[in-house]
Amino acid sequence: MLAQYLLAGLTVGAIYALVALGFAIIYNASNVINFAQGEFVMIGGMASAGFVEAGLGLPLAALLAIGCATLVGILLEKFAVERARGASVVTLIIITIGASILLRGLATLVWDKKIHPLPGFSGEQPIVFAGATLLPQVVWVIGVSALAVALVWWFFNRTLTGKAMLAVSHNRLAARLAGISVRRVLLTSFALSAALGALAGILIAPISFTSWDVGIMLGLKGFAAAILGGLGSGPGAVAGGLVLGIVESLGAGYLSSAYKDVFAFLIILAALVFLPDGLFGRRAAERV
Amino acid sequence: MSSSPTASSAGAPQSGSRRGLLALAIFAALLPLALPNAYTYEIAILVGINAITCVGLNLLIGYAGQISLGHAGFFGLGAYGSAILASRYGWPPLLSLPVSTVLVGALAWLVGRPILRLRGHYLAMGTLGLGVIVSIVLATEDRITGGPDGMAVPPLKVFSYAIGGEKTWYWIIAAAVVLAVWLAQNLIESPRGRAMRALHGSEVAASAVGIDAARHKLHVFVLSALFAAAAGGLTAHYSGFITPSKSSFVHSIELVTMVVFGGMASTFGAVVGAAVLTTLPQVLTTLKEYEMVTLGAVMMLTMIVMPQGLVPTLEKAIAAARRKPV
Amino acid sequence: MRLRAENLSKRFGGVAAVQDVGFDLEPGVVHSIIGPNGAGKTTLLNLLSGIYRADSGSIVLDDTELSGRAPHEFAIAGVGRTFQNLQVFFNMTALENVMVGRWQHERCNLVSALLRLPRMAREERRCREAAYELLEFVGLAVWASRDADSMPYGALKRLEIARALAARPKFLLLDEPAAGLNPTETLDIDRLIREVAARDITVVLVEHNMKLVMEVSQHVVVLDYGRKLAEGDPKTVSADPRVIEAYLGCSA
Repeated sequence: MLAQYLLAGLTVGAIYALVALGFAIIYNASNVINFAQGEFVMIGGMASAGFVEAGLGLPLAALLAIGCATLVGILLEKFAVERARGASVVTLIIITIGASILLRGLATLVWDKKIHPLPGFSGEQPIVFAGATLLPQVVWVIGVSALAVALVWWFFNRTLTGKAMLAVSHNRLAARLAGISVRRVLLTSFALSAALGALAGILIAPISFTSWDVGIMLGLKGFAAAILGGLGSGPGAVAGGLVLGIVESLGAGYLSSAYKDVFAFLIILAALVFLPDGLFGRRAAERV
Repeated sequence: MSSSPTASSAGAPQSGSRRGLLALAIFAALLPLALPNAYTYEIAILVGINAITCVGLNLLIGYAGQISLGHAGFFGLGAYGSAILASRYGWPPLLSLPVSTVLVGALAWLVGRPILRLRGHYLAMGTLGLGVIVSIVLATEDRITGGPDGMAVPPLKVFSYAIGGEKTWYWIIAAAVVLAVWLAQNLIESPRGRAMRALHGSEVAASAVGIDAARHKLHVFVLSALFAAAAGGLTAHYSGFITPSKSSFVHSIELVTMVVFGGMASTFGAVVGAAVLTTLPQVLTTLKEYEMVTLGAVMMLTMIVMPQGLVPTLEKAIAAARRKPV
Repeated sequence: MRLRAENLSKRFGGVAAVQDVGFDLEPGVVHSIIGPNGAGKTTLLNLLSGIYRADSGSIVLDDTELSGRAPHEFAIAGVGRTFQNLQVFFNMTALENVMVGRWQHERCNLVSALLRLPRMAREERRCREAAYELLEFVGLAVWASRDADSMPYGALKRLEIARALAARPKFLLLDEPAAGLNPTETLDIDRLIREVAARDITVVLVEHNMKLVMEVSQHVVVLDYGRKLAEGDPKTVSADPRVIEAYLGCSA
């Protein structure tokens, strides 16, 4: 049983990790919490389901769906976040929340309010592994997520563009003075986060299906995972997501599945109160 | 002892808000003349209920500079508290309502101490988490709360005469709104209100003159929870039925949006924000499918174009127009 | 009313901002804390006002141990301060800024605030008058009902002093009050400091402006790299070769 719960926790944790990573990337570049992050997940799942239902093959549908989400991310940055530069934290939160409501509304218009399935990437035959039964999709989720995280790590630490983005997150003015285009970094961060979110949505859709409002809880939990890991820390976001997923799964399995979500948020609250900077966060000292 | 500058600045804020309160009371008294049917009365009552919650929330967000993305939790707890005491324990609603409100205040006191040590996004997450937990518990403990389908609530009774009907409730809620605004304005104009605004301006400077930041934040947090709980209790006995969606994350966001839209650090802004954003979806039910899209677009556009909120932006525009030579 | 610091130390990560610093601040005397950039002056001031908690050491005001307490408790014990990076309440008028300073001396509980009890109106009037007097004292009476964010830099520095004075402190810590001021404004600050000292408030100055320090203070503490380098009256300290070397980097 333990193996089953751990595996389930790892699976959903991988999804939370991708969403949390998206939060972290945008926060690092712009100091904005993008409450519409969950909607990228939704777009990924719904768009690919829609394309598949229209007759396209899964790989192409998935690619197009990621493309759609990336486009939405870029538009969001250009028309909402860019315009509201310098606004207060609360204002920015409201703007991105408004964006998430807008996107959900558009989803019901473009698609519908029904639940949609997505075919598993390699069929539905369950595999038996280490005493646990799992869908092949689980392997895809964990594997592709790990690959995505590795690629993101490589991007930020080994490419010039990625390093430029890190520079902006450390000191925007200095980065500007070094010739880095902050605007381009912002656009890239939104695009990247949207792509990651969409990927998460596509990966999880075969297991838990997708619908117009699937982004609300996923976005919230991804945000919680990012905070748990320490806002602004990429590795923290991934760790936070995995921890959250596993704790939630263990709680649901051993204690009460009805309160699955409550365990997740209780852990977050405990972490906030006892680990005020998150697992890996850095506290910015206030200069007086 | 020169006092002319002090006299005028002593007069200004007080008389302005007194006039505003009077205007609000007169408006509330005359509004029924413009309400054609029960449905419009219902909307007015809904506006009033949201206004009470938002006035309290505005004290926390606009004046004290904190944030709460879980305030619907207090609203729902106030509603369910009174409903449970009245229907399962047979308490008279006139008693269960205030008791429930006070109990929610006590809960806010307990959770407020640790939660308010957080700042910014972390505080947002903390309050969000609390709100979500409350709404899940309310939906899951169906033996006590009736679960996701909700529970029935006995009506308010005065001397075994049940109070019902939109017209009667309108006056109750209108009076409650005026009371809420009066209390909030009193607080804001008092030294405590000044201390609260000082905390918002610079917490470190405020503590350097002896203001206990943690205690003040806690007081405002509890006060805003009391407002929300009272509004929740009133809703419960007015509609005769409550569901856990009253304490949902979505509702919390709606409340914050009303406060920010109407204008932070403006009690009347909170009322206006509640009024506009409560009636807007009702107006849009004709375009049911476009409701979400429009709401989202309105939220975004307002914050981008009027980041201060509606009422302060209008105030500034009026002040600027006055200064222009005619 | 003596403020004694003993063996104060504060680290930030690997950096020892303040190491083993101790001194006595006698009442009735204007004190200055000086030292080259990065010597730990502001950290020391933050320790003395409770904003930072010392890693070790103690701060004793008369017989009361203050270290480890919350910042507002330092203020209530009688330690007031201004800030190097202005911490003015920009969301209020100048008069309101000073009125906030008087917080400790107002009796205002939550219930009487909510219900607007008549006693409060009397208190408010008194508070307003006292605040206005302080604005006159620092020469800012004309700005009383103006928003703080419309005031020039020099005026804001004096506003912070007025606000700190409203708390009726026993010790007033001034963090670089003359920073960014022109010579005329600095003379005003000089005069203001003397007038404050004449009101029986012990002033502790952190300053770079040597002329101001030498003219206005009677006791100088010199910090360098977080440690106390020298201490004494201005003449002695300015002639101390170690002090000269710390500032100029070579022996005289």
